[in-house]
Parts: sequence; structure tokens; C-alpha cells
Amino acid sequence: MDWLDTLVATFLDFEAMWQVFPQMLGTGLVNTLVISIAATVIGVVLGMVVAIMGISRSRWLRIPARVYTDIFRGLPAILTILLIGQGFARLSQQVFGPSPYPLGILALSLIASAYIGEIFRAGIQSVDRGQIEACRALGMSYGSAMRLVVVPQGVRRVLPALVNQFIAIVKDSSLVYFLGLLVSERELFRVGQDAAVLTGNLSPLVMAGLFYLVITVPLTHLVNHFDDRFRTGRRKSAPPRSGLDEVEEQTPSPALTYGENS
Amino acid sequence: MTTMSALPITDGHRYSGSSLELRGVSMAYGDIEVLRDVSLEVAPGTTTCIIGPSGSGKSTLLRGVNRLHEPSSGDVLLAGESVLTQKPDAVRRRIGLVFQHFNLFPDHTALENVALALRNVKRMSKAAATRTAMERLTEVGLAERADHRPRDLSGGQQQRVAIARALAMDPEVMLFDEATSALDPELVKGVLTLMAGLARRGMTMLVVTHEMGFARKVADQVVFMDEGRVVEHGAPGDLFDRPRSPRLQRFLSEVL
Repeated sequence: MDWLDTLVATFLDFEAMWQVFPQMLGTGLVNTLVISIAATVIGVVLGMVVAIMGISRSRWLRIPARVYTDIFRGLPAILTILLIGQGFARLSQQVFGPSPYPLGILALSLIASAYIGEIFRAGIQSVDRGQIEACRALGMSYGSAMRLVVVPQGVRRVLPALVNQFIAIVKDSSLVYFLGLLVSERELFRVGQDAAVLTGNLSPLVMAGLFYLVITVPLTHLVNHFDDRFRTGRRKSAPPRSGLDEVEEQTPSPALTYGENS
Repeated sequence: MTTMSALPITDGHRYSGSSLELRGVSMAYGDIEVLRDVSLEVAPGTTTCIIGPSGSGKSTLLRGVNRLHEPSSGDVLLAGESVLTQKPDAVRRRIGLVFQHFNLFPDHTALENVALALRNVKRMSKAAATRTAMERLTEVGLAERADHRPRDLSGGQQQRVAIARALAMDPEVMLFDEATSALDPELVKGVLTLMAGLARRGMTMLVVTHEMGFARKVADQVVFMDEGRVVEHGAPGDLFDRPRSPRLQRFLSEVL
């Protein structure tokens, strides 16, 4: 059973795993979550702007949104991260100091916003046209109609897709290590990679993988579980009622007091 | 004032509808002309029913009145003034539109559906908007269902909420676009009764409908449209009992 021992020693060396665990938890996990959540928040904000521009009637808003989306969705993530992370390094140094960490977040945000923009656009466009027509017919402006009625419905429908996007960002956050992070800034992958090089053993990377799965797998299942509720919104269910009961619902002339609002 | 508002008005609210007039209105979707030189007068506080086969441009006409779709030529006058020279939002505030498929906001309760535009367009306080919304829901017989969402209401109830929503804005004219076409048969009557009540209480109404019984009983004027034109118009008795044009004769023989 030599091969089994070799396999266990390579991938599941508990000693090596246990040694790297505190770093994984204290540094790797924290940084992965900080990078991912920050990139998602910025990506959601930018993505909403891109989506609103993308459905505008003005081509001067639509075309830039289209080009932006095509570029950041079409490039490999690693390329965008390196171009932004190294290309803007000097500029970033003046603002954020020497760490490439903020630029890594920015690059991930730009990539995320392109995908999230498409998710939002699809969601908003899937809302029945009658909704905005009803708003406009009541005298509401396009902006009010979108903000109060159409966008909330569109966003609710795509919440599951947004969670999936967050999962993708968590995985892509590992690419930030290409920019060369300080020891305290290392995310899960880098912590695992460093330990793997040090011990000459892949187990720390397996540990990193387990951490990723601990983040992503529950989210995936959460999405599936809440998919239906996200779509329909909260609701009280009412028992079915005969249409015949409704016939008497309107008393011929409801006694009303008017005068205060006219 | 205090004595007035304390008195329950047994026949509900009195409305003071404005006049509505279309002068030579044409409308097109791209290259396809769907409305050709339509002229039509609706006197204040009267009801005009528009009947005609599908594709005759009835719904398009309504959308031209409140400028959800812009006429390509002609003019629309509300209370004697052209709506085409005014801001669309200002015009729409004065014209209520009820849709075939209700178009209620699904994530709002019945009360919120009615109150939303009161808050956003009329800039009412929350309390005032809620009170007005509740009054209008009471008027359509749905006060008890104020906190239900549309999906927990029947089609007839949903349409009555939609009517309350339009009425809450104090419109001068109400437009109905096949308001009962999507309803189960036993629920149609409730909505028609409500509409007839509005007509009786002085609302100016332009009603696109397939309910010939309603048109005959409630309308002051019936307009028959086909292929984007007004073919025949007049009092309901004349149109239904003595149709002159072969088109209308054929249409009536198909639907009655």
C-alpha cells in the first residue's frame, strides 16, 4: 500500500495542515473575505450604473456601457488584474501607499461590475413592460418608476445570480496574489502556496481548498433553498376563495366621508 | 366645511370630469399606421365606449390620449387645451388609465399600490396618502383587503384596486383599456358595476370594451372603429339597433 501512503503524505499531511491552520484562519480567510466582499460591494454599485446606462434610450449612455461590459467580461481575469495592478501602481502609491491590495480589489470590482451589470440588466428587462407603463400613466417620472417599482422587482429576481457571482469573485480573489502581497495581506491561496513551498508538501493547499469550499458550498445551497422566495418576495398565503363570494363585496353605495383630500 | 365632510354622501364621491377631444389623430408603430385621422368628442361627465374588432386601433387610441405613445399627427385636447404642448407627466396626472392586465405592483400591498403615486407624484405625507388610499379602496369595496398583495387577490379585486389607484390621483378623465377582458366571467360584473357608478357620478370616461351590454346601458356615445378609423358613432340605441355601415352590421352579428 505504498502508493496510498504517498498519496496521504502528499495531500493529507495533517501535521502540515495543522501548522498552517492558524494562518489560514487569521490571515488567509480574513483577507479573502475582505477582498471578495469589497469587490462585490463596489461591483454591485458600478454594475447598477452600467445596467441603468445599458437600458437607456440614449445611445451615448448605452454604447459606453456595452463596450465596458464587453471588455471586462471578455478579458481573462488574470490579465485585467495584472494590467490594473501594475499599470496603476504608481498612481495608487500616492493614494493608498505601496500595497497593491487596493488595486487588486479595484481590478476584481471592475470585472465583477461587468458581470453584475449584465445580471441586473437582464433582471430589470425581465420586468413586465406594464409595470413602467402603469407608473408613467400615474404621472411618475421614468426615474421614479425605475427606482420605486421596476428596479426592485428586477433585483429581487436576480439575487440568486448575484450570490453565484459572489462565489465567482471569492474564487477569483486568489489571483490577486500575482500582484505580490505583503505577508499580512495574503489571502487563502497565497497562504497555502507559501506553506506548500516551505514544507514541500501540497497539504496546505488542500487546506486552502477546504476553506474555499466552506465559503462557497453553503452559499450555493443557500441560493437553491431561497431561489423561490427571492423571486416571489415575502407573502402571506391565503386560502382559495370562491369568485361568487366576491359578487356581494361591493355594497351598492358605500357610505363615505369625503372632502378632506379633494 | 366641517358639516359637509361629516355627512356621509350616500352615492359616494361626485366627480367633475373634463371634456376630451381628438382632432384628426393619426398614430403609427414604425412604418405601420394603426390610427388614421380619428376625430372624437367626449363631453364632460359623459361616457364614450369604443368597440371594434381586434387590430382596429382602439387601445392605441387610448395610449395616444395620455401620450404613452405619441400621435404622429393631429391633436388631443383635455379640457379644451392641447395635451401635446404640455409635459407628458403633467397630462398623465390628470388622466387615469386602467389596463387589461391590471399592471398592479406585485411587491406592494393593495394600499401601497394606491398610495405610491400619491406619495411620489402628489407629494402627500404618508398619513394623508394612506388615508386617501384607504378611502378609495373603501369606495371599490376592498377596504378589508388593503394589506393583501395582488397575487392574493382575484382578478376582479385586482382590477378594482387598479381603478382605485387611478381614481386616487383625482383624474379628470378615466380611460379603460378592455378592463374586463382578462377576468373570469363571474368577476366581470363587479368591475362593470363600479365603472357604471363612476359614469353616473360625473366622471368623463373613454372605455374600450367588448362588453356590448355595458356599452348599450352606460354609454352616452358609442364609437365603432375598424382598421384604424372611426367607421360609425352615435347614441348606443342607434348604433346597436340601426347600424348603417356593413362593417358594423357584420361586427355586431359576430359578437351579439
